[in-house]
Amino acid sequence: MAPRRLTIALAGNPNAGKTSVFNHLTGTRQKVGNWPGVTVEKKEGHIRRGDREITVVDLPGTYSLTPFSLEEVIARNYLLDERPDVVIAVIDATNLERSLYLATQIRELDCKVLFALNMADMARARGLIIDGRKLAQLLDVPVVFTVANRGEGMEALLEEAIRLAESETPPDRSRRVKYSRDLEEAIGRLAGFLAARLGDRLAWLPRWTAVKLLEDDEIVKQRLVAAAPDEARAVLQAAAALRRHLAERYDEDPQIVLTDERYGFIAGIVREVQRSDARRRVDVSRNIDLVLTHRFLGFPIFLFFIWAMFELTFTLGEAPVGWIEAAVEAAARAAQAVLPEGPLRGLVADGIIAGVGSVLKFLPNILILFFCIALFEDTGYMARTAFLMDRIMHLIGLHGKSFIPMLMGFGCNVPAVMAARTLESPRDRILTILITPFMSCSAKLPVYVVLAGAFFGERAGSVIFGLYLLGILLSILTGRLLRSTLLAGGDAPFVMELPPYRMPMAKSLLIHMWDRSRVFLRKMGGTILLGSVIVWALSSFPQVPATAPGGAPDAGVEAWSGAPGTEGSRALQVRESYLGRLGRAVAPVFAPLGIEWREAVALLSGFVAKEIVVSTLGVLHAVGEEGEGGDTLGRALSSSGMTPLAALSMMVFVLLYLPCLATTTAIRRETGSTRWMLFSIAYNTAVAWIVSFAVYQGGRALGYA
Amino acid sequence: MRLSELREGESATIEHVGGDLRLRRRILEMGLVKGTRVRVEKYAPLKDPLELVARGIHLSLRVEEAEHIRVEKVD
Repeated sequence: MAPRRLTIALAGNPNAGKTSVFNHLTGTRQKVGNWPGVTVEKKEGHIRRGDREITVVDLPGTYSLTPFSLEEVIARNYLLDERPDVVIAVIDATNLERSLYLATQIRELDCKVLFALNMADMARARGLIIDGRKLAQLLDVPVVFTVANRGEGMEALLEEAIRLAESETPPDRSRRVKYSRDLEEAIGRLAGFLAARLGDRLAWLPRWTAVKLLEDDEIVKQRLVAAAPDEARAVLQAAAALRRHLAERYDEDPQIVLTDERYGFIAGIVREVQRSDARRRVDVSRNIDLVLTHRFLGFPIFLFFIWAMFELTFTLGEAPVGWIEAAVEAAARAAQAVLPEGPLRGLVADGIIAGVGSVLKFLPNILILFFCIALFEDTGYMARTAFLMDRIMHLIGLHGKSFIPMLMGFGCNVPAVMAARTLESPRDRILTILITPFMSCSAKLPVYVVLAGAFFGERAGSVIFGLYLLGILLSILTGRLLRSTLLAGGDAPFVMELPPYRMPMAKSLLIHMWDRSRVFLRKMGGTILLGSVIVWALSSFPQVPATAPGGAPDAGVEAWSGAPGTEGSRALQVRESYLGRLGRAVAPVFAPLGIEWREAVALLSGFVAKEIVVSTLGVLHAVGEEGEGGDTLGRALSSSGMTPLAALSMMVFVLLYLPCLATTTAIRRETGSTRWMLFSIAYNTAVAWIVSFAVYQGGRALGYA
Repeated sequence: MRLSELREGESATIEHVGGDLRLRRRILEMGLVKGTRVRVEKYAPLKDPLELVARGIHLSLRVEEAEHIRVEKVD
């Protein structure tokens, strides 16, 4: 006998404990992906029960099924189109009314619904006692009490879900939201009209469709037109007439009236099932908040947490990063020892191993950073950072939640771009992602250190600080520019819940951290690998025989070209390679910025990772490994004719130009669009050119050489 | 009066939620329907947004959004 397949969908408000329920039901057998076409995380887990194969789908956390936010559209479309066998609505017992607002909407869809009444222990601590049996009776929905973060009630929940999924009795349609007389009349008329006109072509319940049409629901309207263009016109006309009639009758938009009445219906139920104990205990969460969002202490504490996060990420990460680098080097040496001399050896050692290594070494930082973010999210502090920062971020047309991703950009843009996921509105998310690369990441620092160190001596620190400020300034300007052009429209309403502080669960933190890091490893690894192989190939071909004479004499190369197998032959190789030729071909573009061809080649190679700019300069100026990042390279640069002004122009260009390969890949992934990725590449490079041009030519005009 | 005119610690009952339809519906869906009792818990350190408590839930709202909510003060 073939196994029976069941699908269980989990729905609920954000912070209702949905993720805990999901983790406990499915354990570690989870699959994390994206919902089709969008970057909202989709989680699926599989369970075997006897001969049943059960798929648990975690729907995005929402407060409603109004198709306003992406999450709501996804959750609703899933329920409508995929028709899961049963839906578990996770109800936050401390917040019964709002949980029921979503749950009754799911109920209206005619799904088989089961309530997981979660966190009843916390509700009781706050003096709220809920009569589960009464609730089950009033709404004709099975209710299971759970304490998801401790895994209590999970077994009963699963059993009940299976029983409900396999039962033949349809849900009792009489126990649904009842609206006032005029509304019910309008709904009844429209539903009858829909059933008569569309019949079988109506994919949904006539009543539900009628309610949605009275709410002027764009998605339902569009899909109706697509399904039956001719009849839909008549239906939409009828709906519009009814909407006008209702608007006049209630002196209010029917959407608002329906929302109001749904809450009224729920208030009636809550009155019957919930008892409030007058003896309220001390609200611990509120006391924590008195300190953490305190008028004077709030910001210093916030800054301390941020500082601690960076400190942990980069100091604690330093040692494992070193180990990975050492392991990568050892692997490259081993490959060199094992493989015969030739292109294959170069491909494996310099292309593949070095390329993969360049990604892998970020893993410790990323793990730690994501652990900290998970800690912020799971404790409830993340919402407070948005609360604190919103005033400032709003000035650039952004949401308070954009702050954390931008800040992370100073460490590494890849996790920063990925952290923009915490933003609800897609527009805010894209804007945040696009301005994040202006935050000068840590990989650019070695470039500044070499150049500023060589040309600005004692003032190097101030110059580097100035570069960071320039990056911030351009991110603000870009934010304002895009907000008034390509991404016009106000940012999302800030109505946001400040959930109670909670003790984070180790298991949830680890799952959170690992999920995101895994995505980083898999996707970035693939692209980075390909990219590094391409750059390696461009810099290795065509191959120059070690003893071949150089082309046109060049100050840097000439001195070395006679010594085969040394730095000189490496410099010659890169110079004569496709990458070198490309660099010389694009040199005229860089000339007005005071950047000569060797620097141009370095900038091109920096696309793989910004640190490579320094090592490529090292190769082209033939200073060798030990000289990289040191004074040797600085001296070589000055003797090649670079001026302090040109160095400054170069640093500005490095600060602003296209994000590295891993970041552009992340941008494509997180915006779900190649066009935004290309935009980011083109825009940043254009900004870099213009600003560097202004710096170099402006400096010359002012008399600096 | 408007919700944004309340000071820290003051309570009120919601009378009407205005503003554009999307914002109104968002606010209503978070449970701030007519007749709901709210208390302004605090203003953020930079005076915007504000935090309010309704039905035991803590919500934050920008001052410009709170300007659209008409309330009656409760003593």
